Amino acid sequence: MSFRLQGCQLRCERDGRELFRDLDFDVEGGQILRIEGPNGSGKTTLLKILSGQLHDFDGELRWCDQPLARVRDHYLTNLLYLGHAPGVKAALTPLENLAWYQALAGDAGSEATRLTVLERVGLMGFEDVPAGQLSAGQQRRVALARLELTPRALWVLDEPFTAIDKQGVEALEQRLLAHARRGGSVILTTHHDLTPLGELRRIRLGEGGRHVIQ
Amino acid sequence: MSSSNTLDQPLSIIEPHGGLGVALIATLRRDLTLMLRRRSEVMNPLAFFALVITLFPLGLSPDPELLATVAPGLLWVAALLATLLSLDSLFRADFEDGSLEQLLLAPQPLAAMVLAKVVVHWLLTGLPLALMAPVLGLMLGLPAGSHLILMLALALGSASLSLVGAIGAALTVGLARGGVLLSLLVLPLYIPVLIFGAGAVQAALLGSGVAAHLAILGALLALAVMLAPWAIAAALRISVNG
Repeated sequence: MSFRLQGCQLRCERDGRELFRDLDFDVEGGQILRIEGPNGSGKTTLLKILSGQLHDFDGELRWCDQPLARVRDHYLTNLLYLGHAPGVKAALTPLENLAWYQALAGDAGSEATRLTVLERVGLMGFEDVPAGQLSAGQQRRVALARLELTPRALWVLDEPFTAIDKQGVEALEQRLLAHARRGGSVILTTHHDLTPLGELRRIRLGEGGRHVIQ
Repeated sequence: MSSSNTLDQPLSIIEPHGGLGVALIATLRRDLTLMLRRRSEVMNPLAFFALVITLFPLGLSPDPELLATVAPGLLWVAALLATLLSLDSLFRADFEDGSLEQLLLAPQPLAAMVLAKVVVHWLLTGLPLALMAPVLGLMLGLPAGSHLILMLALALGSASLSLVGAIGAALTVGLARGGVLLSLLVLPLYIPVLIFGAGAVQAALLGSGVAAHLAILGALLALAVMLAPWAIAAALRISVNG
């Protein structure tokens, strides 16, 4: 079953400043959409609107051709949002952190899965160390491990490459590509080049509410 | 990259499949683990409670009869302030590290999830306060016959305090210094619990009408359990995405 997230005539204003207006876009399975723009141009706000967290905007969001507000549960079941803060508890170990996220999705999961996923993000040997003792990059990797932990069709990622080293960036780029090939889709903001991903669909947010869709 | 596992198979849209029980148990366990790893946060309200009660005989008078008459009120006020002290941290850590945002995005009813967090708060604040109260009651010369009622009233009442307080904590979690505002918001709502809680112990001392007071405390708790989770959930949505 395929899916589609559509935005129709989105407009958002913050503190008297129009971030964007008349923004139309759609994302289907297999696509990667990149949101660009200078600092303060509203990238994070747009991602929060798309992930159903902010409601004070004009226009309509549709998920699988239904208004998002009506199919919120269905949408959230298929959405994975990673924000600025990694959402990793410093006092818990990576394994315990992942166990909670797995349970939040509604299934208890197995320790074997969690270990496999941690191994894939390069945290083997750190699975029982409290996350507070890990470096910023390693904490980010714990958050990124969630990408593989629970299969979600749509990933909304706000600056996922923050604090990640070179190999980590490459691995994540490959992970995004693999996700798109599997039929999933990604909406992300980043200041990285993302050259290995080829030509991406982009929304470029600019000054005074102008934006360009490529 | 190994591809021996289900993670690489084509993915499809999933229907919401519940799992509320699993999520609730996991949240209870997670919050308990977190609190037990930061023991000082659990100990703070208890130490405050003990210190305040210890100071009263010194400041007021060592006369056991005088102390016994004011003991119910003193114990209740001190327990209430100790609870208030612990409220600010209820959602703050989750807010700061981003896990509150993730909780709001979970496909589970938020009201149920926050109820789990409040239950943990009560288990580690209200319940220990109630268990500790008879010991401090002894120090104030409270007759042994009223100790059970004191514990029962505090256990029932502090659950309401946790629930109502969590609304205030949720409303102020986005503010850098929400402490004073939190007290102002929550204290007026604490007054009925204080009156009937202290009243129950007073009634036990006089030997009459304990059941009525406890019944009202129970009714207040039932009301709080029914309404507070929705209010907490709504307040969190406002605070996090305001």
